[in-house]
Amino acid sequence: MSVKREDLLALIRQITSEEVVEIPNSTPYGIIVKKEILLSVCDQLHKNSAFYFDMLSCVTGVDNGPEAGTMEVIYHLYSIPFNHSLALKVILPRENPEVESVASIWKSANWLEREVYDMFGISFKNHPDLRRILMPADWKGYPLRKDYKHEEYYRGVKIEY
Amino acid sequence: MKGLLDQQFENGGVIITKVDDLLNWSRLSSLFPMTFGLACCAIEFMSTGSTVYDMDRFGMVPRATPRQSDVMIVSGTVTFKMADRIKQLYEQMSEPRYVISMGSCSNCGGPYWQHGYHVVKGVDRIIPVDVYVPGCPPRPEALIGGILKLHEKIRNESRMKPTAIEQLIEKESHVS
Repeated sequence: MSVKREDLLALIRQITSEEVVEIPNSTPYGIIVKKEILLSVCDQLHKNSAFYFDMLSCVTGVDNGPEAGTMEVIYHLYSIPFNHSLALKVILPRENPEVESVASIWKSANWLEREVYDMFGISFKNHPDLRRILMPADWKGYPLRKDYKHEEYYRGVKIEY
Repeated sequence: MKGLLDQQFENGGVIITKVDDLLNWSRLSSLFPMTFGLACCAIEFMSTGSTVYDMDRFGMVPRATPRQSDVMIVSGTVTFKMADRIKQLYEQMSEPRYVISMGSCSNCGGPYWQHGYHVVKGVDRIIPVDVYVPGCPPRPEALIGGILKLHEKIRNESRMKPTAIEQLIEKESHVS
């Protein structure tokens, strides 16, 4: 179940005067959020008794490639008592992508954001422990970037078949 | 061919055999595998140990430490992050030690051979392998086939010409 659209737009309007952009054909219903207001929007969605998003179920990264020059981070929120969900999307530049960490609101963001950092190299400001989570600590590059090329050797072992 | 004990029992309770045969027989009859699994092949490895396939009939009881194990069954995808750990575990095993590479992933990278930047394309790039078991994943019968192949290999070993040392000497002579 998606969240009620009017209620959500009213809440966003309290935080920013800018027009809210919706994600077309999104399931669950989702909006695009400016990265500057992401933390305050998330905080409100977590606190506000009409929404009560007590669970951050997924954080995803998207690389749109060097031509588009953008990257995206998508947050999937879920409210256990109300059984409704919502997607938030942040669009970042491909050079030095950085966004505020939401780990202070949802504890699950800690590992989810580490995974996005590991795969896409998007850094999360004020993250408690921003290290690689899947790849070894001394791995070079961010594998899920569109222009990723792996090294020839890793610790003396050939990577290519 | 009859087993070692079957052949020799007629002669009044005296067993005559070669030291080689005796040692090989004792080695291959109690190959303790390391309790160690990496991916879906490990599930097949586990069912090989279950009642239906009964790995224990070969004297194979999984040991929880490399120091008590004789054979390492690399059951699953070897990632680069895991590679160092596998190497360390192998080095902690006491000799004679054997390695069975189980399944396509640890044989050659398997389905990750082309785009799997994170997968070592064959565990033989890190540690020496005795027997390769093909399959994705191999059924327990296939793994037992691999174990019997390893038995065959051990049965033909000889302390008169230890090939591993020969190879080492040859390698050293190339270096110097």
